[in-house]
Amino acid sequence: MDETWQLVLDSLWPLAKGALTGTIPLTLASFSLGLMLALVVALMRISTSRVLSAIARIYISIIRGTPLLVQLFVIFYGLPSLGVTIDPWPSAIIAFTLNVAGYAAEIIRAAILSVPNGQWEAGYTIGMSRTRTLYRLILPQATRVAIPPLSNTFISLVKDTSLASLILVTEMFRRAQEVAATSLEFMTLYLTAAALYWVICLVLSTIQTRMEGRLEKYVA
Amino acid sequence: MSPKTGSPLLTVTGLHKSFGTNQVLRGIDFTVHEGEVLALIGPSGSGKTTALRCLNGLEIADNGVVAFAGGPSVSFHPDTRKKTASILRQRSAMVFQGHHLFPHLTVLQNVSIGPLEVQRRPKSAVLEQAAKLLDRVGLAEKASAFPSSLSGGQQQRVGIVRALMQEPDLLLFDEPTSALDPELVGEVLTVIKELAAEGWSMVLVTHELAFARDVADTVVFMDGGHVIEHGPAAQVLRNPGNQRTQSFVQRLLNPF
Repeated sequence: MDETWQLVLDSLWPLAKGALTGTIPLTLASFSLGLMLALVVALMRISTSRVLSAIARIYISIIRGTPLLVQLFVIFYGLPSLGVTIDPWPSAIIAFTLNVAGYAAEIIRAAILSVPNGQWEAGYTIGMSRTRTLYRLILPQATRVAIPPLSNTFISLVKDTSLASLILVTEMFRRAQEVAATSLEFMTLYLTAAALYWVICLVLSTIQTRMEGRLEKYVA
Repeated sequence: MSPKTGSPLLTVTGLHKSFGTNQVLRGIDFTVHEGEVLALIGPSGSGKTTALRCLNGLEIADNGVVAFAGGPSVSFHPDTRKKTASILRQRSAMVFQGHHLFPHLTVLQNVSIGPLEVQRRPKSAVLEQAAKLLDRVGLAEKASAFPSSLSGGQQQRVGIVRALMQEPDLLLFDEPTSALDPELVGEVLTVIKELAAEGWSMVLVTHELAFARDVADTVVFMDGGHVIEHGPAAQVLRNPGNQRTQSFVQRLLNPF
């Protein structure tokens, strides 16, 4: 038993290093890029242009209709056969960004539509353009609506980054596999990794609650 | 209140508007003079709110002209873009039925965001003006409050200040008290009445006939997308010439 705990303790640092240099930066990079892309897709989706709206719908449909693992493999293992070779890290960031954008676009679209039309009109009557109304008046209000579902997406992404281990990105789960392969203590290592994922997600949930509380201040 | 006889400020000619097959405006004409308070009354569905919204470019008429003396002027046709019509907002400001304050901004930010970010007026002047106007409507101490902490009447008074901060030549009111609890109506009407007495030009869509009789110089009675009667408030409301106006006024003044 002592040996098991010793192994857990010994593996904590390598795993934490995997989180700090793999899981967390991969999540942050993909999520921020994904959010930007999601905003663009959401705006295309609600635009009056039928072409833009159709492109956005098809994009969302493909992303949500295919497994993330398949998307990762297409980019990392599939594209080279078309002469496009991308390293593991950029492959992972591209795949996760595209994936997050597909889900977050629908969240952002719904959040924008949840802001009453009168808010747009009030913006227009005080002389604001559509763009300024969007980013000064509508998006700040939409954010409050979007934070709980976007937090879900974010937390899912933290765990989904473990799939990057399958395209040779050294993140936390890959570290766990490496240590497990030498110690042959698979159960211990995988549970340690699971616990660390759980801790990261607990921290994120706390941050989410704080943000919701801050944005709650102007709501009756 | 005696009719004021300023020079024409806004001329509306031949305004037509349909929503699908529903013809809401079938040729509306009226003129607002400097310092005139014009009340648009009529049964619901008569097109009065649509007409008001056309004056501000929130609705795009199919046909007709909305022209301010000295410009801007918009000739509506089926291809008119919202952007084109938005120049009307240079001269007019709107107070909505549901106030539409920005819930994520404080009262002070609500009333100063337009002057600061759109008109780009100097900050110190804008804040000073905002403080003065908020004080005028009795809300000086609410400057840093969020709209959700105000009563409906207070919210609508902030809405009026937001419109005044645009420094418009014409104030547009779309049923400013219809969404309010009855005991809060008075405080809003008082503010509007004071503005009228100060000489503001305004177009007011309202169901408060007693208020219209008291404050408006001119009353336009609309029904079925037409102007049925247009004249001095006392005449239209006390002694309507048209049968439809008569029965509408009777119904509103004596509902039971």
